[in-house]
Amino acid sequence: MTSPDLTAAPAPAGTRVSRRRLPVGSVLTYLSLVVASAVVLLPLVVVLLTSLKTSDEVKEGGALSLPGNWLNLENYVTAFNDGHMLMAFGNTAFILLFSIGGTVIIGSMTAYAVDRFDFQGKKLVMAGFLIATLVPAVTTQVATFQVISSFGLVDTRWAPILLYMGTDIVSVYIFLQFIRGIPTSLDEAARLDGANAFTIYRKIIFPLLKPAIATVVIIKGITTYNDFYIPFLYMHSEDLGTISTALFRFKGPFGAHWEAISAGAILVILPTLIIFLLLQRWIYNGFSQGATK
Amino acid sequence: MTGRSTSDSTGRRMRRDPQGGPPPRSGRSTTTGRTRSWRDSPLRRITPWLFLAAPLALLITFTYVPVASMISYSFTDWDGVSPERENVGFDNYVQIFTRPELFRVFFVSGYYLAASVVQIAVALYFAVVLSFDLRFRNLFKGILFFPYLINGVAIGFVFLYFFQDGGTLDAVLSWLGVATDHPWLGDPASANVSLAGVSVWRFTGLNFVLFLGAIQSIPGELYEAAELDGAGKWKQFRHIIAPSIKPVISLSVILAISGSLSVFEIPYIMTGGATGTQTFVIQTVKLAFQFNKTGLASAAAVVLLLIILLITWIQRRLVPDDKVDLV
Repeated sequence: MTSPDLTAAPAPAGTRVSRRRLPVGSVLTYLSLVVASAVVLLPLVVVLLTSLKTSDEVKEGGALSLPGNWLNLENYVTAFNDGHMLMAFGNTAFILLFSIGGTVIIGSMTAYAVDRFDFQGKKLVMAGFLIATLVPAVTTQVATFQVISSFGLVDTRWAPILLYMGTDIVSVYIFLQFIRGIPTSLDEAARLDGANAFTIYRKIIFPLLKPAIATVVIIKGITTYNDFYIPFLYMHSEDLGTISTALFRFKGPFGAHWEAISAGAILVILPTLIIFLLLQRWIYNGFSQGATK
Repeated sequence: MTGRSTSDSTGRRMRRDPQGGPPPRSGRSTTTGRTRSWRDSPLRRITPWLFLAAPLALLITFTYVPVASMISYSFTDWDGVSPERENVGFDNYVQIFTRPELFRVFFVSGYYLAASVVQIAVALYFAVVLSFDLRFRNLFKGILFFPYLINGVAIGFVFLYFFQDGGTLDAVLSWLGVATDHPWLGDPASANVSLAGVSVWRFTGLNFVLFLGAIQSIPGELYEAAELDGAGKWKQFRHIIAPSIKPVISLSVILAISGSLSVFEIPYIMTGGATGTQTFVIQTVKLAFQFNKTGLASAAAVVLLLIILLITWIQRRLVPDDKVDLV
């Protein structure tokens, strides 16, 4: 559980660490933290335990009972095969690849055009993007559905891809904020060497945007992976399930088979947990940046 | 910030006075000539539009066209499929505010609004606590934040098991000596409180990390000075921490209000909107995609959009946001 912060943070803030000591009621402080951690972890741990139990164990024992065989992975096999999880992971990966790629390109191009050029109508374009942030996507789906349907894209993977790509204004702001810090003298120098605007974007700006790209990829990746609303509305076919909709479909056939449903839920949570443990610091920064934009 | 303003003013000066570009070395060097002609060429003028073509097309197609058509549908009785539609004026809007079964969903938002007050308070408490240097700080931070990253459907199932008869909650309560067979999702009040509780569990982490980030960006010298002046922990919180996280708190309040009006995932997954847990968005989705009442659903969506715009406007008036520096 050592995170990058743990080793990195105390070094620059050396004075602060020694100074900012625990508040007086430190026992109570720790108690509150432990209780909060238990509240967060208990529902998840119980589901993990349930996923390792046999069907009989779930019926006989209480929710907090332990599984007889800790390595009973049968439910995972059931969930993975009968729940079409492989197909779901495939579809999610496909959508992730295109929507993240598209968002990065669209967002960085917008930021480049707006920050590096003076042109008529710039204020209008900016206002167009700003006002769009105020329109919550959940409200407009009634009419967006008609747009997608008129393109003949309902029940294809391109519907969510286009929607994730086209309605992500937060990433435009993240790129815009970052691109302002890249000195324009770099552009000028390249221009003197005969580079055109597109070459400058591709060879100079885009590579320098790496940290912003990382932020966008992380936020976009996690929100897309977790999204239920869009795939639920636009992709009805059984074989077009994403991990969210495929897991949602567990509700019918698995009925009261909590051991299989639990295994499905854990299968979906596991990749998120791994990514979180690997990229903690990036994730904290990314989401704080994304939310305050 | 300074870098940007300098570069901007140079840019503008160059445009107004092309001669003042790069210093001419020997009369008119080839380099100067080329950059100058490029700067004035029509290509230069359309370049930004080439970059903006795709983003603007997407923005208009998937944000502005839907908003416009939603407004126009809302005055009709369209069913979403048939070619003809009747103009019904404000009838759909009148229905939303007069039919009690349609209007009721606003009261359900109240549960989530109350929950977000709890959520912000809890997040604030833990952000302040974990801004101090204590043992296992990163572990606690990770645990508190992690629920925010979990897939909503998985959360729905985790808590269906949590609240079900003989599930996690009942087991914990009986372990604590409280015997209960209350069906947590069985009656409207208890179901809504349970679902709002799930939303606290899920979203506290985001508020917490936002608050923690804001508190940690306060320079350490401020606390040192305050301590030298004899200010206690509470005074430090009141006069140093509270003012500097005010923008983040106001942002969280806005997100909480618009969030509690547009709740969809958790109640839809867990109860499907049964036993009085139907929210505004669940109702709108059902109207549009189950009952084919596109006109009525559009009117509902327009109402929600207007409420959210109104709240955002009020927040902008109350807390002038100096962070928004656009052009």
